[in-house]
Parts: sequence; structure tokens; C-alpha cells
Amino acid sequence: MSAVRRRWLPMPAQSLILFLVWLLLNNSVAPGHLLLATFFALVIPWLVAPMQMEQPRVVKHWVAVRYTLTVLYDILVANFEVALRVLGPTRKLQPAFVAVPLDVEGALPITILASTISLTPGTVSAEVSEDRQWIYIHVLHLEDERALIDQIKSRYETPIKEIFGC
Amino acid sequence: MNPIVELIICVFLLMGGLFVLLGSFGLLKLPDFYTRLHAPTKATTLGLAGLLIGSMIYFFVNEQRLVVHELLITLFLLITAPVSAHMMAKTALHHKIRVLKRTSGQELTGAARERREPPFDSA
Repeated sequence: MSAVRRRWLPMPAQSLILFLVWLLLNNSVAPGHLLLATFFALVIPWLVAPMQMEQPRVVKHWVAVRYTLTVLYDILVANFEVALRVLGPTRKLQPAFVAVPLDVEGALPITILASTISLTPGTVSAEVSEDRQWIYIHVLHLEDERALIDQIKSRYETPIKEIFGC
Repeated sequence: MNPIVELIICVFLLMGGLFVLLGSFGLLKLPDFYTRLHAPTKATTLGLAGLLIGSMIYFFVNEQRLVVHELLITLFLLITAPVSAHMMAKTALHHKIRVLKRTSGQELTGAARERREPPFDSA
């Protein structure tokens, strides 16, 4: 049974998302759109499944929810902070490159961490070292390198490690 | 339309517009490529969120239907903004774009470009 499922419905969660997104994009539940949504939900995963790489699974869902809320709140703060810095005198800005050591493993967790860094206060991720031990970030205004690294590690990296159980 | 609802929509639209404007202003004002990268990726996220929330309320009140395109746009934006910022920063590193002189940690750019570990143990 599970072999049959894997053959015809290789990515059930993604199928569901595709189905819903198609309906939401069209803002309609007309039979034609339901049919198309079903078609896409079945065919697209079937086409891309062979390209998929094995990724760590989310093991702690409630940590993931809490993490999402934290990040949304931080995005809000980031916006005000960057807005103030843009309006303030640029002479006082102290931009910097910082290397942050990585503890998380795997492409997906590192991607999530890098994206979070880019979305939150004054930091943009620029590059990950080949051995995936370091992430290079650009900081708009650096005050305390040590504190920044600690904040990234405790606020974002620790929950990500918990979410994927690594 | 109820004037209070109208006011709320206006506040969201103005907030949104203001932040998008600030993002563009930052693009103009900030001194080098890397600092400029910060303004549009961040300020614009909140700006667009404001505009989209305003639009959602408007359609919900005015046309009595739930419009969810906006939520999808927000989601796609949140997924794509950091990726494009990352790609631009990476490209800038590889093209050795001029860095603002007082930027600290410039010795890291060479290592970052070659994706090596940092030249010294900064941790």
C-alpha cells in the first residue's frame, strides 16, 4: 500500500498545499478549478519527486509555530529599526562583515536560518562556507559582534535545531 | 462605507506607502551596495504588508467576500525576499564590489568569496 502511495502521491503535504494555493489564487471553488487544482496537485509532485533530496523532518511542530511567531515579530522590529537607520545620519553607521559559526546541519535548516537572518534586524546572509561550518553575514550597523552572534545562535539557531531534532 | 473602516484602511495604506517609500529612500541614501541591500529587503516587507492588509479589509468590507490573494502574496514575499537578498550579496562578493571603507571585518570577504572558513577564529 505504501509503495503504491509513494508511486502516485509522493509528496502528500506538498500536494495539499498546491491544491489550496491554486484555489486561493483563483479565489474560487468552481468545479473547473477544483479539477485543475487536483490535476496540478497530482502531476507536479509526480514530476518533481525524483529531484527531491532527503531533508530532515520537522519533529517539534509547536516549536516551529512559536519560531514563526518570533520571526514575524522580529520582522516588525527589523522594519522600524532599519527605517530609523535609513532616516538617521549615515555617517554614524558602522557596517561590518561577520562570520557566524554554524551548529545546524543539513541544507533545509541552514536555508531557514539564512533566510531568517536576512529578514530580521539589520543583517543579510551573504555566503555559507563550503564545509557548512560558517555563515557570512553583512550587518548594517554593528555594535557588539559577540552579542550579535550570541543572539543569532540563541534566538534562531537553537529553536531550528530543536524543530528538526538535530 | 463606514468612516471608521475607511480610516483604518487609510492608516494601513499610508503606513504601507510610507515604509515602501523609506525602503526606496534608503536605496538612494545608503553609502555602498551592501548597506543598500538592507533597506529594500526589510522596510519593503512591512510596507507591502501594510498595503496588503489595507487591501484585504477594503475588499472584505466593500465586496463582502474574503480575499486571500494578499495572504499568498505576503507568503511568497517572505519566501523570496531573503533568497534574492542572499543572491545579490553573494554576487556582490564575487564581483568584488567596492565596500564602504569603514566596514569592519573586511578581511572576511576573501574567505567568504572562496567559501572557506574565516581566516582567524572570530568566535
